[in-house]
Amino acid sequence: MTVEKIVMPQLGESVIEGTISTWLVEIGDKVEKYQPIAEVMTDKVNTEIPAYHTGEITAFHAEEGETVAVGEAIYSIEVDGKGTKEQQNVEANSKQEDQKETIDSQSMKTRYSPAVMRLAQEHQINLSEVNGSGRGGRITRKDIEKLISEESQKPKDELLTTPASENKSTNTEQKKKAFTQSLPGDREIPVTGIRKAVATNMVRATTEIPHAWMMIEVDVTNLVNYRNAEKDHFKNNEGYNLSYFAFFLNAVAKALKKFPQLNSSWAGNKIIQHKEINLSIAVGNEQELFVPVLRNVDEKSIKGIAKEVHILANKARNGNLTQEDMSGGTFTVNNTGTFGSVQSMGVINYPQAAILQVESIVKRPVIINDMFAARDMVNLCLSLDHRILDGVICGKFMSHVKEILENISGDTTPIY
Amino acid sequence: MAVLSYIQAITKALAEEMKRDEKVFVLGEDVGVRGGVFRATNGLYEQFGEERVIDTPLAESAIAGVGIGAAMYGMRPVAEMQFADFILPAVNQIISEAAKMRYRSNNDWTCPITIRAPYGGGVHGALYHSQSIEAVFANQPGLKIVMPATPRDAKGLLKSAIRDPDPVLFFEHKRAYRMLKEEVPETDELIPIGEADVKREGSDITVITYGLCVHFALEAANNLAEEGIDAHILDLRTIYPLDQDAIIKAASKTGKVLLITEDNKEGSILGEVAAIISEHCLFDLDAPIQRIAGPDVPAMPYAPPLEKEFMVNKDKIEQAMRSLAEF
Repeated sequence: MTVEKIVMPQLGESVIEGTISTWLVEIGDKVEKYQPIAEVMTDKVNTEIPAYHTGEITAFHAEEGETVAVGEAIYSIEVDGKGTKEQQNVEANSKQEDQKETIDSQSMKTRYSPAVMRLAQEHQINLSEVNGSGRGGRITRKDIEKLISEESQKPKDELLTTPASENKSTNTEQKKKAFTQSLPGDREIPVTGIRKAVATNMVRATTEIPHAWMMIEVDVTNLVNYRNAEKDHFKNNEGYNLSYFAFFLNAVAKALKKFPQLNSSWAGNKIIQHKEINLSIAVGNEQELFVPVLRNVDEKSIKGIAKEVHILANKARNGNLTQEDMSGGTFTVNNTGTFGSVQSMGVINYPQAAILQVESIVKRPVIINDMFAARDMVNLCLSLDHRILDGVICGKFMSHVKEILENISGDTTPIY
Repeated sequence: MAVLSYIQAITKALAEEMKRDEKVFVLGEDVGVRGGVFRATNGLYEQFGEERVIDTPLAESAIAGVGIGAAMYGMRPVAEMQFADFILPAVNQIISEAAKMRYRSNNDWTCPITIRAPYGGGVHGALYHSQSIEAVFANQPGLKIVMPATPRDAKGLLKSAIRDPDPVLFFEHKRAYRMLKEEVPETDELIPIGEADVKREGSDITVITYGLCVHFALEAANNLAEEGIDAHILDLRTIYPLDQDAIIKAASKTGKVLLITEDNKEGSILGEVAAIISEHCLFDLDAPIQRIAGPDVPAMPYAPPLEKEFMVNKDKIEQAMRSLAEF
């Protein structure tokens, strides 16, 4: 025995409510299936509602004259056998299934919608640092919009100092923004093509190459004497200076011929050992530092090297260096001694294997055969890419350079 | 302001327009003495007489054809199809004549007819009394298709349709007739054809729909508001031609779009709405465009469980809205 609640039936195609005009039975009456229970009036039809079950009327839920919406209970009846419980079970089951469907994995974390991608790009947001509130950890447009509005509420100073992983981003817009906050009277110097190339290479070199460093001391008294003896004559004949630097370049080229390991480049999965010895040299003017290249230095005389250094230095001073002048170097020699420096750590000229710094030649007391002597001394500093080179080979290379330089004379190193 | 049901609003619009302009007349099956099978023309026969409230034979092509002819001669006919399902014999008149009249006569002739028809299911009407047939007409330039969702819109849009200089198809959901009630201004309010209406402002998801589904969507949105889901609901009102600007604006607002129709899914006007969104809103979209629609079966079933399965309802919409909000 179960009690069923009977609802107002649909009594016409557009009818959504009906008014009970008369109950045709009373509470406690036994009714047969299909027996009329009530008269119902709608604005379309007047009709009798039949009983759906055989049983006993237990309650009315609406009084005569009351208007009831379709689907609302109008009376209760106690019937034999099963009722509509089954239907309720079915509904309960389907609800459970729905819930199962909504359970999801974290698979949507890196699935970005067009809106999210656009906003992230426009506002320089690193999506890997954003927590998504969407299904499966997905980052929603709302998540990004919230982030942007929070960001815009921060004071400007804070924005400027926020690291926000700027250096890794490829978009330069934000960087420009940060740097344009110049102070009154500041001068803005445009980054020329050459400056840009140098900057890019330097950043890359310092972030990618594991630098190692060594220094040796060389007695260049012979070189100084030799050069002093020749320089005025040379200047008169050729019209430009016979620099020490030409001798150093010559010595380095010779040593590289003997130790080609240092004349190499890093190429990801391999090391390229170059046949040509093309020396990059650092040449500065007032504002900038350029790194033009002297080609096939091992094939050139001291005069040839001096001439080429002179030409490249002039070009650098006038800002006439081309990308062609700057490319193809296999090893770099940096004449830091010009500034009076006696020790420095060079940044390797990417993707080369090493850089040699020629420091200032300084007269110093040195002990030779247990006696003091006044000698012209110079420090040579080498920075090396430890992926390509090890200490032993570099040590041998430096010793060889030292040996060449200490034995320079008119016999070993003719100028022409 | 008085509270009117959807069908009372229709009747009121008809009466007001007939009173305003004696060129307005009504024709259709049982619209006269009977007052219409849904009672939409109730009282008009008594008020305006048999010459302006004309009972016609059971011939829909004639109802449309007579109306089109009268319209071309300057009358303002309001033709009633007893059920939208029955409009098909009149399609030739509507598409080949009414829709093309102005174009083909180089503006010499116009056809200011309004054709009203009750559509939609969920009323145990089975296959010949439940169809949504708007898609049949929704690629015929020259026609306008209006499908209001509320009593107020129904009144204001029907008045605009009657005054429109070109043919307007006016579809009324028969289940809305007595289910929807609201306060409708007594004034001569005209609601412009071709403009969609934001029925609810929200920021989480956008629902774009029309007709009775607007009502279900609003109910679902009210439930979801308690869960913190804030739905933006756009009622298209005119489904041909579509209000593209309103669609683009609504879709861009949240980037999560749910489209709802009672019509069969494939080939419904939702496909066109989705295309407009894809063309204009790609970089604002945050989720795939979702659709709720009737299944692709030939007709609304009569068996109540099957009819329930076919019909769009509040629960189906609520579930889809929640799912989209959580996406």
